[in-house]
Amino acid sequence: MIHSLFLVNASGDIFLEKHWKSVVSRSVCDYFFEALERATEPENVPPVIPTPHHFLINVLRHRIYFVAVIQSEVPPLFVIEFLHRVVDTFQDYFGVCSEAAIKDNVVVVYELLEEMLDNGFPLATESNILKELIKPPTILRTVVNTITGSTNVGEQLPTGQLSVVPWRRTGVKYTNNEAYFDVVEEIDAIIDKSGSTITAEIQGVIDACVKLTGMPDLTLSFMNPRLLDDVSFHPCVRFKRWEAERILSFIPPDGNFRLLSYHVSSQNLVAIPVYVKHNISFREGSSQGRFELTLGPKQTMGKAVESVLVSSQLPRGVLNANLSPSQGTYTFDPVTKLLSWDVGKINPQKLPSLKGSVSLQTGASKPDENPTINIQFKIQQLAISGLKVNRLDMYGEKYKPFKGIKYMTKAGKFQVRT
Amino acid sequence: MLNHCFLCRNEDLKEMLESSKESLKLEAMKRIVGLIAKGKNASELFPAVVKNVASKNIELKKLVYVYLVRYAEEQQDLALLSISTFQRALKDPNQLIRASALRVLSSIRVPIIVPIMMLSIKEASTDLSPYVRKTAAHAIQKLYSLDPDQKEHLIEVIEKLLKDKSTLVAGSVVMAFEEVCPDRIDLIHKNYRKLCNLLVDVEEWGQVVIIHMLTRYARTQFVSPWREDAVFDENSEKAFYDSEEERRVDQSKPYIMDPDHRLLLRNTKPLLQSRNTAVVMAVSQLYWHLAPKHELSIITKSLVRLLRSHREVQYIVLQNIATMSIQRKGMFEPFMKSFYVRSTDATHIKTLKLEILTNLANEANISTILREFQTYVKSQDKAFAAATIQAIGRCATNISEVTDTCLNGLVLLLSNRDETVVAESVVVIKKLLQTQPSQHSDIIKHMAKLFDNITVSMARASILWLMGEYCEHVPKIAPDVLRKMAKTFTSEEDIVKLQTVNLAAKLYLTNSKQTKLLTQYILNLGKYDQSYDIRDRTRFIRQLIVPNEKSGALSKYARRILMAPKPAPVLQSAFKDRDRFQLGTLSHSLNSQANGYLELSDWPAVAPDQSVRIVEVVEPAGAPVFGKSKPGKSDEKFYSDSEEEEEEEEEGSSSEDSSSSSSSEESESESESEENSDDSNKSSSSQSDSEKKKKTLKNKKLQQQKPDSKDRYWSHAVTKFFLMHIVLSFSNQFVANCRCSLLCLYVFLVCQFDTVSWHVRVSLQASSPVFVPETSRELLHRMTGKGLSAQYRFTRQPCIYGNSMVSLQLTLSNSSDQALENIHISEKSSTGRDIHRFNASGGLRPQASVTVSMGVDFNDSTQAANFQLCTKEDEFSVSIQPAVGELLLPITMSEADFTKEQTILSLCSEIVVFPLN
Repeated sequence: MIHSLFLVNASGDIFLEKHWKSVVSRSVCDYFFEALERATEPENVPPVIPTPHHFLINVLRHRIYFVAVIQSEVPPLFVIEFLHRVVDTFQDYFGVCSEAAIKDNVVVVYELLEEMLDNGFPLATESNILKELIKPPTILRTVVNTITGSTNVGEQLPTGQLSVVPWRRTGVKYTNNEAYFDVVEEIDAIIDKSGSTITAEIQGVIDACVKLTGMPDLTLSFMNPRLLDDVSFHPCVRFKRWEAERILSFIPPDGNFRLLSYHVSSQNLVAIPVYVKHNISFREGSSQGRFELTLGPKQTMGKAVESVLVSSQLPRGVLNANLSPSQGTYTFDPVTKLLSWDVGKINPQKLPSLKGSVSLQTGASKPDENPTINIQFKIQQLAISGLKVNRLDMYGEKYKPFKGIKYMTKAGKFQVRT
Repeated sequence: MLNHCFLCRNEDLKEMLESSKESLKLEAMKRIVGLIAKGKNASELFPAVVKNVASKNIELKKLVYVYLVRYAEEQQDLALLSISTFQRALKDPNQLIRASALRVLSSIRVPIIVPIMMLSIKEASTDLSPYVRKTAAHAIQKLYSLDPDQKEHLIEVIEKLLKDKSTLVAGSVVMAFEEVCPDRIDLIHKNYRKLCNLLVDVEEWGQVVIIHMLTRYARTQFVSPWREDAVFDENSEKAFYDSEEERRVDQSKPYIMDPDHRLLLRNTKPLLQSRNTAVVMAVSQLYWHLAPKHELSIITKSLVRLLRSHREVQYIVLQNIATMSIQRKGMFEPFMKSFYVRSTDATHIKTLKLEILTNLANEANISTILREFQTYVKSQDKAFAAATIQAIGRCATNISEVTDTCLNGLVLLLSNRDETVVAESVVVIKKLLQTQPSQHSDIIKHMAKLFDNITVSMARASILWLMGEYCEHVPKIAPDVLRKMAKTFTSEEDIVKLQTVNLAAKLYLTNSKQTKLLTQYILNLGKYDQSYDIRDRTRFIRQLIVPNEKSGALSKYARRILMAPKPAPVLQSAFKDRDRFQLGTLSHSLNSQANGYLELSDWPAVAPDQSVRIVEVVEPAGAPVFGKSKPGKSDEKFYSDSEEEEEEEEEGSSSEDSSSSSSSEESESESESEENSDDSNKSSSSQSDSEKKKKTLKNKKLQQQKPDSKDRYWSHAVTKFFLMHIVLSFSNQFVANCRCSLLCLYVFLVCQFDTVSWHVRVSLQASSPVFVPETSRELLHRMTGKGLSAQYRFTRQPCIYGNSMVSLQLTLSNSSDQALENIHISEKSSTGRDIHRFNASGGLRPQASVTVSMGVDFNDSTQAANFQLCTKEDEFSVSIQPAVGELLLPITMSEADFTKEQTILSLCSEIVVFPLN
């Protein structure tokens, strides 16, 4: 299925290649570079590029293009999903997935890729199986290995590979048994000029960090499971149990994993936690434009709105911006025309604002569209949909684990049109 | 210099590899792998590397494998040196080592080792470790690409591996199947149900491959579920009722979905909740291609959910939604807002969303969509703004109510400052005007006014074409435009020049008085143009319109040729014909057939034989619903251990009655006899057909056959299994002694030739049961029985009709509004079971019910007894499947006897004592 993989950095150099079948010359990437040149933005490169003899399927993550070479029919999502899984694995192993990290760990990367695909077909993609086959590099281990000559490679078939719970290895032991669950919700919204909501929806995930000894069997129940409209599970969740009782029952993987992603049913009205007052105007003939922004909290259920970051792509005609924020700092990049304002926390008594003027290219006509404003924010200890975890129980093991649940609301793709 | 350095480094590496220190070797290999990763050539080191293939250090060994696979093709002779190491490793007790040896061996693309590979694959395919078998499945594809001549042998291996019950193997072997012999669907038949049932537990990548394969399979094996749905208009309820009525009249045979078809749909549905986007897409396409139309809506939410994923995933999913939304608007209309464009989307995502919004537009939502489009037109991304204008044009042609609104909006855009926007508007307006030109002469005039300011050649050409085509609507303006064009002709683009010539010709024909000179001037300019296209066109037009002696008959028709009414262009989606490709495939994504694309066949008109998929007796013959739960499971929970065990082992018939056994044997369903016929050294004797355990009733007369010689029997017992009977009995005393609460059931496995004890046991006294359940089970539902319903219950009493029969109580009730007459059991019992029929119970009045008793000889098997329940008019097929416990008779036995029996059992390989409660 997947013939070869090329990693291409932002400046268009191939810095790693791996072949699973016979070698494909790297000149095949020329077609990719052509497409890269044609694209105005790095994101605009089409994910599937046909060439006379091959197909190139690429994903862009962390400013690295992962280009897979395909020779015959295969579901494109299969390849895309796999490439993303590769990136996740690298991130898991090296902390970051950057060109430097990959180059530093090229042997581990090669060993990983070797295990993940056999003849182009995925073999082991489950992180906990891979970690038994190839141990992640740590400083301590590197030192030990150089002294003792022991290796990073496991000699036994990982137990998970054959068991009915491939995501969990046997013989897990902790002195402190703990299970943490983060309920993170994101609001996607488009707000129009006048401040009314065009579309808003809530997507959420439950990320877990479970460090429990043995083979615990957990159940997690919600106060209001009806809120969850559409869900997707980690393979460990028993689907039948969810269908029948709306309870999450599972034997958890060891460590960090995403238990559940959900979508809150669209019937519920979405609370919009911030509002934006804006006055952006460019006058015909004048080389100056006015720019005013004020942010304020709206339906926040009494919680503080934090880590607010406003960004906006100003029109091409804008030369510079001369603004003064009432709090936080702002930057304007005259090349990309990207304005970003790091606001911080919104104080309801003293609303943050950004006022001033922007200078336009002389002679250029007035831009016909005002820029859209993207907002990021965080609200701690609140799941905006109102979702609440009822209880978490553990069966199958004797000890008492420490349990913790955290809620958070974030802005997803939150846009204000002006 | 550089070269020299490189050589030096190679020398260093060689030295390190040849050193005796493991750590140095490892370091060298790591550097070499670094070279390979960068795409540098390290083939010179081959001899030095290959020596380390047998290293004890597993990491070193793996890196050598990486190197070998990369360079073996280039250095075939040297690569052969390593083969023997792999052959040895294939016999290693560690499954990981066996598997990785096979992986590397099969990855070495050296044709000379094909026979060795073939042999290793065959061996590995029967390995005890499923992981090794999985590797074998992968190796099949590698060998096939190396040497396609091995196809026949490989198919044999695939056939064998397809039967594998391990979830680990399933995905890989189906992948091999798809690669090597996708046309051999006959190999799938027997494994179809197993694959469906295993699917949920297969790893996610395997799921994708299996689902795609099963989609193809299902399209060849089942009839279309869409037949009646054709009349189902998706959102017209009226049509629904109408068709209902019609159907009652003219459709004698309503569509019933094949249970296997249903099984596939049911088992794939939970996978829509998978975290793997490829799996969700695979299930969606399966539903799209296989499910009845009204069940399709369940995939919508999942597909919309995928839009939250990475950019690349969005791209593919949106493409598929675009194709779906053309055929079925209703599916995605409630989620319209999910397709609203954000300024941060990538351009190709924006265009796809626009495409979908356009597809979803209808009378009800068009105003919302147009308002949204207004924002897009102002976008800074001009390519996207242009695409939006195209989309508005499509909406305007598709929905006649808004044509005028759209036109006015587009005319406003003509004064936009951006050229591309104006140009696109002109082009779209041109297309729209063609539909109804007469009413829009003012728009044409407006465009003529704008003409001077428009510089984009496509837009200028479009305006010129409009002038020419509708010159009769704007008789004053058209000649003036031509005059302006005559002035600037030489500096125009080719496409504008062509349209100028066109305009001139048309005006010459309609208004020659004013434009004759102008036309001639333009034709003269065209005659000496640089472009041959324009020179050709000019020459052609001149011959056509200017009458002279040389011109033929054609010029008479000039007017009709040039001014012929032209059909309005149809603006349609680029995704219109994409559904010729299976959704979710690469070919669909590219809209052109990719290498190795497997066509989805049309539904067969008549379904091929269903029985090919029957593997073992999983369900009783004639059962109306597939996959029904094991009867009596809930009630008989307390026998369930033994019961399930029997069922899992696919118990063969266990008739002890040698006289009747042969006849009843033959009438068993075919799969069962298949099961039994494997047995080689069995004769026609009664015991013969089981190498499995047998169970018998306590009070049965046994006709033991003396074995030819004890020795033969013993050796047989050692090599295969014991021939055994299971003696099941209840013992009240034992219950008391063991202080078990209810019943105690113990199972004796007794060697067959131990005949002595039988006589003892035959004399045992049957006792009354301790517990008789009151609940009865359904035999015939009143809906299927046209008012007649029947329920049955085991009475657990000795049957009065015969020793080998089990007594049953049947409750018949009539829930129809007419009396049912002559209720009886048909004379011809389909399974050859001996049934004592109840007395025909005369008539049954409406709402009345009657209880009768009957006896059935189940031949000591849990096979269902099938028979016909008849009334005066109708016959209904029904079946009763007993739980094992119901076939037993309770007996009283002293503890001493029990222990004695137990000691006899200890001779056997297996003792099962169930204290059940």
